Amino acid sequence: MNSLFLEIAVVLLGIVLLLVEAFSDRSNKDYLAYLGAAGLTGVLALSFLPQIGPLPMSSAAAFITSDIISVFFVRFLLIATIVTLLMIPGYRTVLVRYLPSERAGGGVGEFAILPLFVCAGLMWMVSAIDFIMIFVSLELATITLYVLVTYLRQNTASLEAGTKFLILGALSTGFIVYGISWIFGVTGTTNILALPDAISTLPESSLYALLFGIAMILVALSFKTGAFPFQFWIPDVYQGAPTPITSYLSVASKAAGFVVLIRFLLSLEALPLLANKLNAVITLLAALTLIFGNFAAIPQTNMKRLLGYSSVAHAGYLLMGVASLASLMAIPAIGFYFAGYLAMTMLAFVVLQAVSEATGGDEISRFNGLSKRSPFLAGAMLLSAASLAGIPFTAGFIGKLLIFEVALKQGHYGLVMLGCVTVAAGFYYYFKVLRAMYWQQPSEETAIPVSATTKWLILLLGAGILILGVYPEPLLAALR
Amino acid sequence: MSLLLILLIVLPLAASVLIMLGAAPRVMALGAAILNLLISVALFARYDLTAGGWQFLSEWKILPKLGINMTLGADGLTLTMLLLATLVTLSAIWIAPKIDKREGVYYVCLLFISAGVIGAFASLDVLFLYSFHELALIPTFIMIGVWGSGDRQAAAWKATIYLGLGSFILLIGLLALYLSIPAVSRTMDLRQLDQMAAAGTFHPSSLIYLILLVGFGSLVSLFPFHSWAPPAYACAPAPTAMMHAGVLKKFGLYGLIRIALPLFPDAMHQFNGLLLLLVIGNILYIGYVTVAQKRLDWTIGYSSVMHMGYIFLGLASLNIIGVNGAMILMFAHGLSVAAAFALCGEIRRRTGTLDYSELGGLAKVTPVLGLLFGFAAMASVGLPGFANFAGEILVFFGATAYGPTMILPVIVGVWGVVISAIYMLRAYRNTFWGPMMTRWDSLTDITPTALGSVILLLVPLMIVGFYPQLLVKMVTTAIPR
Repeated sequence: MNSLFLEIAVVLLGIVLLLVEAFSDRSNKDYLAYLGAAGLTGVLALSFLPQIGPLPMSSAAAFITSDIISVFFVRFLLIATIVTLLMIPGYRTVLVRYLPSERAGGGVGEFAILPLFVCAGLMWMVSAIDFIMIFVSLELATITLYVLVTYLRQNTASLEAGTKFLILGALSTGFIVYGISWIFGVTGTTNILALPDAISTLPESSLYALLFGIAMILVALSFKTGAFPFQFWIPDVYQGAPTPITSYLSVASKAAGFVVLIRFLLSLEALPLLANKLNAVITLLAALTLIFGNFAAIPQTNMKRLLGYSSVAHAGYLLMGVASLASLMAIPAIGFYFAGYLAMTMLAFVVLQAVSEATGGDEISRFNGLSKRSPFLAGAMLLSAASLAGIPFTAGFIGKLLIFEVALKQGHYGLVMLGCVTVAAGFYYYFKVLRAMYWQQPSEETAIPVSATTKWLILLLGAGILILGVYPEPLLAALR
Repeated sequence: MSLLLILLIVLPLAASVLIMLGAAPRVMALGAAILNLLISVALFARYDLTAGGWQFLSEWKILPKLGINMTLGADGLTLTMLLLATLVTLSAIWIAPKIDKREGVYYVCLLFISAGVIGAFASLDVLFLYSFHELALIPTFIMIGVWGSGDRQAAAWKATIYLGLGSFILLIGLLALYLSIPAVSRTMDLRQLDQMAAAGTFHPSSLIYLILLVGFGSLVSLFPFHSWAPPAYACAPAPTAMMHAGVLKKFGLYGLIRIALPLFPDAMHQFNGLLLLLVIGNILYIGYVTVAQKRLDWTIGYSSVMHMGYIFLGLASLNIIGVNGAMILMFAHGLSVAAAFALCGEIRRRTGTLDYSELGGLAKVTPVLGLLFGFAAMASVGLPGFANFAGEILVFFGATAYGPTMILPVIVGVWGVVISAIYMLRAYRNTFWGPMMTRWDSLTDITPTALGSVILLLVPLMIVGFYPQLLVKMVTTAIPR
């Protein structure tokens, strides 16, 4: 089924769940997360129905498209949201601790419903082909995320994270609006697909104004994707935000940012002069993001911060793919990388959530001796870290292989060499976690309980990593 | 399409999954190891020598657009290495002591190492050759760090960094190799690479050979990239040391034989002087370092580094005799060093120490253990009657045939045999002969289990020692013409 309908379904689902929450007096709110996940699974199934001709509203067609990128990333976002919702029941004790209320379970329910609205916003964003649509959907997602990041309102870390996210997010919104208005002012259009035609008829003199607008948009998008030099909010926000939301931020919102970046750059690809200039910028950004993300991750002792820097590092690899957009294989490579990234990052966060629930903290030292306390969780983390580091037979390895391959085809030899070095750095910091889990002695011997939902989530994500790592062809074929 | 090779990889993995699901670890591991040994013996026997070349082929398309497929196949060298891998796996699993902590993870790690090396030897695709080796490395690190003895974490960390860097340099080399293929015919398939090289349509830069030499070399502990090996082996639990020193380490040599020999004949000639210099370092310098060791496990660890020098010498002779010798020595050294580490582990379990100053005279209380150690030590020295002798003599003949530049390395090599006799006999004397401390009075002799698993290693060594032709005609099928 087309985009637009799917998003409307998600929003309706969110509204229905809000009403259910308002009129139900059950004190345990876990059922909302399960209902939401079930509903989104239904929407995911709908997305496999055949597309309905041209969009009924002629005006909507100018804003929304249902191409391969949109179809793939809409499903990607639905899956990411389902995983996030299923993580929420395991997070209940933390929520209740920081949300005291007269009514049992008061204020907890919305935590499982708001992600639906973020999801709808991001889904619109990956289907949008018009700057206005991009901006509106981006704001829908971001404003809801402000609430979610600050959700633990009696926890200072969460508040600090929320404040930073709000200020920097608002700043980046400012950049994107400013950029859009410059581009609109020069070209007279807000439609991305109409940009090349509009630009090719421009007089030489307005080129710099256009470049300025483009630069502003790149700045805003590097906020969203966590790319250098606007990655600095990531570690702090990731550390303070509630764990399910951190995992959602690092996967879903990054993906949507990348899709907008890709659409924007693809439309400018038709103008060789501009494309070359932009390519040089993106190559530079990719290199700096790789260096910063990987080397700043090395000294980290907090797992959430480590995963934050690692998400910057992965943004670097993805930017390598974006810098090679001229190759036909770039989109499949980036899409595949994201699919693997979803499985391995969310798996790491699920394990982290279970461990910090039992040990009371997010430091890497909390993982000490995990293989004794829960061989299952340790094995899952081993798989996730192996994939994040890019060890063969995991999705992470094939993803890096594909990205490196397209980058090489486009002649980015230096970037690939740098990528190899940063992969080696990655080995080091992911291995630190393995060392803690397998070599160190635990501070206490009690087993760590794993709920049934968490167990199934881990098994499914782990299976995803291995299947993508051993048999990547079907997904790649769907992306071509 | 023959499924026997993939079965060799799948069996240990399936056993691991069953163990993780709660099956009895030791039973499952032993079962998989025995089946694997039977399969590899069957493959070895069924290989058609008159046809030669790659047999038992099977292929799965992984990334057809990039020319990357999981292709399994075997020639005589592969089958020899598979035989080595399955023999040592069974022996290592058999001799594993009772594990108190996390028994399941222990056997899963051993099975993963086994699946990894088997996959690496059976892969015809360079990417999978590399990938399977990586698969075997991670459980090795975990095993040393968790079940090792002494300063195990430092040793494991050092080995991690060395081997991680080594395989990473290797990956760069392989990537460079892939890129130097003309874009239309890019492939990772060894058969096609060999064909292109033979047809003269593919001339990779000799710089790539140097990268590969450093990459593969640090995995095999080629001097001066060897310093990770002795501490890692000294600290590792005996089965891990057996699997790594016996089998996994041979991957570096195997890779050089498979990739460097056919694709870089000119570069190998060009840089032979450099390689020979390192070989002399390996034999002479490491040899003397070995003599100076004061503990049994370190002696064996260094000796395993030193003996790599002979195998490299065989490779550097660049003729059929020398390379044949290197291949037989790979097999022989794998078995003999595994036997030595197995016995070393048995002694450590009984005495709790491997320091020469505390050992001595153990043959009085553990005569069978002493006898077996004598066999392993003699095999390692290269006494006639063991496969090691057959390998070394071929290496010397091959090297002499190369030309006058080989005179010095051959003299050093022969002198190295004397050095290894010195340290092995000293190790034997210091452990089993001479006066015995009274506190060892109550030591028990070797158990039937350990006896069986060491004999499993020594018997093939003697069979090949008396009838080397059995292996020679097999490995010759792998030598590029």
